[in-house]
Amino acid sequence: MSKITDGPSAEASLVLKAESRGLNFFYGAFQALKGINMPIYDKKVTALIGPSGCGKSTYLRCFNRMHDLYPGNRYEGEIRLHPDNTNLLNPHVDPIEVRMRISMVFQKPNPFPKSIYENVAYGLRVRGVRGVATIDEKVEQALRSAALWDEVKDRLNDLAFNLSGGQQQRMCIARALATEPEILLFDEPTSALDPIATASIEELIADLKHKVTILIVTHNMQQAARVSDFTAYMYLGEMIEFDATDTIFIKPKNKATEDYITGRFG
Amino acid sequence: MADMTVAEIRALITNHKRWDLIFATVGVLALMVGVLTFVALFAGMVMDGAHRLSWDFFANFPSRRAENAGILSAWVGSTLVMLVTAVTAIPVGVAGAVYLEEYAAKNWMTDIIEINVTNLAGVPSIIYGLLALGLFVYKFGFGQSILSAGLTLALLILPVVIVATREAIRSIPGVIREGAYALGATKWQTTADHILPYSLPGILTGVIIGLARAIGETAPIITIGALTFIAFLPPAPFAGDPPAGAFDWLFAPFTVMPIQMFNWTSRPEAAFHQNAAAAGLVLVVMTLSMNALAIYIRYRLRKNIKW
Repeated sequence: MSKITDGPSAEASLVLKAESRGLNFFYGAFQALKGINMPIYDKKVTALIGPSGCGKSTYLRCFNRMHDLYPGNRYEGEIRLHPDNTNLLNPHVDPIEVRMRISMVFQKPNPFPKSIYENVAYGLRVRGVRGVATIDEKVEQALRSAALWDEVKDRLNDLAFNLSGGQQQRMCIARALATEPEILLFDEPTSALDPIATASIEELIADLKHKVTILIVTHNMQQAARVSDFTAYMYLGEMIEFDATDTIFIKPKNKATEDYITGRFG
Repeated sequence: MADMTVAEIRALITNHKRWDLIFATVGVLALMVGVLTFVALFAGMVMDGAHRLSWDFFANFPSRRAENAGILSAWVGSTLVMLVTAVTAIPVGVAGAVYLEEYAAKNWMTDIIEINVTNLAGVPSIIYGLLALGLFVYKFGFGQSILSAGLTLALLILPVVIVATREAIRSIPGVIREGAYALGATKWQTTADHILPYSLPGILTGVIIGLARAIGETAPIITIGALTFIAFLPPAPFAGDPPAGAFDWLFAPFTVMPIQMFNWTSRPEAAFHQNAAAAGLVLVVMTLSMNALAIYIRYRLRKNIKW
């Protein structure tokens, strides 16, 4: 992995995990992302903020090629995933390969109508993992990492729908973690949750960054300030400013960022 | 509403609510047209035919003497034809619908196919009979057999199965599909592990409603040449003339319930009309129980799915 010495925050320990270069994205004729350049650092939380429609979710969904599911979408430029320097957006790279390396947690909890156990195990089953003992172990590990194990260990065979909203979202995080992804994408993971469930998810994200690189979209600036190490401010499909979260929130370089952060706009 | 007194507001509400009452009355009357017609028909059949229902009625072949006549060949024929219909229409219809929803590119070709499938549901059933007469009976040489009849009715209910399956698939929220893809699932894994299981209640309901329609169909079956009087059963597997196979019954001549009824009603003797009423009763109960089964399955399977 290449060491970054002249990054926005001059911490010597920063390692580049992924990097987008000149990323353009089109929904048909509409250009939703305009020349995004941005580093994602290994085992750090990077937050994407900006007003509705600024392209932050669109950008996030480039990382696991979610746009490939729908016709008429087009990427230009590249997202390099390190250490192997694979361009995730290369048409010759199978989106399934990308999704096996990069997991995602959605805006609303989206449990499958199956048991808690089967939900968490699904990523393993997709990868052809056999052996009850192996799956049992990985499911437990994932549920522990998602701080849900103690609440559900006695009812793993219950339907996932029977969990509360916050528990469902933590189960979805466990499901995404079970396959040990390199990057975990969060698309406004707390927007459908109450404040207490939100707090538990934020706490979880803070713990998880020791294990996995996290990229999170949030419409809540306080949340970005609380959970992230780096923050990117996006507006109308452009990356306005990227820096260490402290810098962005305390002394942003760009006037537009400052206006948004301080609530004068947005 | 500061310019209205409380009394005026109340009068206004009373006035407006009169329309609720008027519409409710019209609605009940409209509903009664359908319900009462069915009840009258059903009651008529019960009064005419109920006394004919006995073990013998189910176990006897048709006969020249009305009191000895039964529906054995008809209900066996109906059951076997339905079996062939279900076995062919379900896989073909479900596979077609899954392909259209999950695999096919969305372009003018699929649009045309979609419009055609919907239109096929409205084609008169006798047209299917004519098609089957030319195709299955003569071209493929299946003859006037259970196989030809089953395939004909399968064609007839195929649009119903396809439309029901597509509706069921579409009712699955996009985030569930995306959730599966985001974990690295292929199209087939997503289809087999999620799309099909979650749309199963809708698919089964569509299939059963289709079969309930098919079991009462007469025109296409007469067109392909079902017999109206038949006093033997199709051969059981391995039981026919040697060399007997497991599927000889597919090529046997047959009759079905509605044809048996038609045959009896066209006779002059009143006793045969009573037989027809009794057979009608059996057919209606068969159809109603299929619909009840559809509702039950839907209820049972939907319990685990909340969206």
